[in-house]
Amino acid sequence: MKNTHNRPLSPHLQVYKPQLTSMLSILHRGTGVVLAVGTLLVTYWLAAIAGGEESFNSANAILGSWFGKLVLFGWSWALFYHLSNGIRHLLWDIGFGFDLPTVYLTGKIVVGASFVLTILLWIVA
Amino acid sequence: MAEFTLPANSVIKTGKTWAAPAGATRVKNFRIYRYDPDSGENPRWDTYQIDLDQCGPMVLDALLKIKNEIDPSLTFRRSCREGICGSCSMNIGGTNTLACIKAIDAFDGDLQISPLPHMEVVKDLVPDLTHFYAQYSSIKPWMQTQTPAPPDRERLQSPEDRKKLDGLYECILCASCSTSCPSYWWNSDRYLGPAVLLQAYRWVVDSRDEATGERLDNLEDPFRLYRCHTIMNCTNTCPKGLNPAKAIAELKKKMIERR
Repeated sequence: MKNTHNRPLSPHLQVYKPQLTSMLSILHRGTGVVLAVGTLLVTYWLAAIAGGEESFNSANAILGSWFGKLVLFGWSWALFYHLSNGIRHLLWDIGFGFDLPTVYLTGKIVVGASFVLTILLWIVA
Repeated sequence: MAEFTLPANSVIKTGKTWAAPAGATRVKNFRIYRYDPDSGENPRWDTYQIDLDQCGPMVLDALLKIKNEIDPSLTFRRSCREGICGSCSMNIGGTNTLACIKAIDAFDGDLQISPLPHMEVVKDLVPDLTHFYAQYSSIKPWMQTQTPAPPDRERLQSPEDRKKLDGLYECILCASCSTSCPSYWWNSDRYLGPAVLLQAYRWVVDSRDEATGERLDNLEDPFRLYRCHTIMNCTNTCPKGLNPAKAIAELKKKMIERR
């Protein structure tokens, strides 16, 4: 049948139920973007070091403020989520963990690990 | 490029409500996607109030009841009513499945039913599957051989080799998985999608097929196979309990192994 009619597109994101599978996947993409943007922050900090004591101190003051810490906290969580879920993806790449109970189990482990590792980092650092 | 919103002609308006008959004892609202190609109007949500005490147990029973007793204009595909033909695949309560084997009481509250997602709608719950079938055809879903068949019998297969087809041959091509996949939504022009890739793998692992190399060559493409990002919506939604994501992963492994 040739589509000569002005046929509508059926609803997709508008109706599809959010599930652990798709939500963790889009979160992996999202944290990947956040990490890329966060790398600019690292570059800024390194550039500030190169700029001498004065610029280094002012960069530390900005990053050490409550807002700076909040950004760094979010960035570290994104790092640990992306890292944990990345390992999950590597396991999938070797063909492990495709049955649904395992998919859900590893998904919950990844979310749990991302928070535990983030909190551990902030306790240690 | 991914479009996250619906085009202007596809935005869904609120339609009419068909009230339950007086004396109905156990009423459930079925919110159903309607599109009439003859009217030229946008799609709409119509609500049908069904007395569950006067209706069969499955979602397809409710659709048939609506068509037979309330609104004969409601259009949908159905045939076997036992989960083997794949005709009545649609989005029911947010995920894709077969209306005939999905129980109504699996859902609390109102139940929303729409066509398979991100497809061109022919009418109501009937999507245009032409492109999906063309993609299926592109993987040459038949046995290809060079060696002549034995003159006195069929080509034989060991029980172990036959076992490799389990979990693959059961696919009924209902397209629930492909249309649950965001990668397929945004890239179906070039990405084959989970159903067709599972079928491709079914022929790649068949011990009797002799075109494995050509089959893998055909999939060696940034889009056809590799748009799969292991989102896992396909496996989560398959009404037959199959695992397209696993089949795609095995295809990716075969690609590496043959290097």
